[in-house]
Amino acid sequence: MIAQTFGQFKDDNLKSQEYLTLNFAPSSNPKRQQRWQNYGLSADFLGDYFATFFPGEEVPESAINLKNTIKASVSYIANELIENAVKYSDESTHLPISITLRLFDQDIIFQVTNYATQTVAQHYQQFVQTLQSTDIAELYTQQLEKTALGEGKSSMGILTIIHDYSAEGGWKFESLIDRPSISKVTVTMHLVV
Amino acid sequence: MGVRTVEIKTDDYSVEYQSDIATVFLRGFLRLPGIPEYESIMNLLLDAIEEAPTLSLNLQELEFLNSSGISMLSMFVVKVRNQGQAQLVIQGSNQVLWQTKSLRNLQRLMPSLKLEFA
Repeated sequence: MIAQTFGQFKDDNLKSQEYLTLNFAPSSNPKRQQRWQNYGLSADFLGDYFATFFPGEEVPESAINLKNTIKASVSYIANELIENAVKYSDESTHLPISITLRLFDQDIIFQVTNYATQTVAQHYQQFVQTLQSTDIAELYTQQLEKTALGEGKSSMGILTIIHDYSAEGGWKFESLIDRPSISKVTVTMHLVV
Repeated sequence: MGVRTVEIKTDDYSVEYQSDIATVFLRGFLRLPGIPEYESIMNLLLDAIEEAPTLSLNLQELEFLNSSGISMLSMFVVKVRNQGQAQLVIQGSNQVLWQTKSLRNLQRLMPSLKLEFA
């Protein structure tokens, strides 16, 4: 198996007693639109669930307390990662999408896996490489302008997570031995609480 | 012209234009799958700003907006900027996290955009 990693990739051998995994299998029901609502609900659930571990103390320079900050951050990040995984999944593989959140003292690590065609995975990999070599604020504005003009994919999900929520991204691209046309794509996002 | 209201409403969100106060209210949880799905909301915004060249977008009760929605807002802001005539005010809430995180970026696209947090 060929595996390439980019950014600050967090392996899942990190030990945390507290974690939660959700699996989705879109190909088991072709009516994706009906499932869409479920992804949002799942993200909100993850936000609610992990917020309970944090106190309602004040956050400096913010009108939102820590518990509600965690709730909204987790919900936003999880929703964007699930949306991306769904959009870029190759449903014909019949392989599921998976999201795991691990809780540490001062950190939450998101890990999302999906299976994509090689073409889709390569495009994504190019974007990740651009991300590594470009100033994030500059790229953010560029992409907003591009999106506004209707040019290509926005990638605003990943950009907002990193730029607006200060999360650290990591990526792993693996090709499957028995199915060389398919890539396993794993994204990790590291949020410091 | 009398008072006119245009509204898009689902179980999750609503978008409402009130002509008498030249304000569009977005409320609830907005996470449509992609830019094409946001077209009806975009059209409502474009119609509103054509009628009211000084328009306010009130987002204070918009608890969730996904990145496709943020892209839609950016597209709207750039269209307004490029037309050059209209003035846009965005009213946000400092109690809603995504607004405190992401709204200021819109000003980079349109420096004359007024952002008001309450």
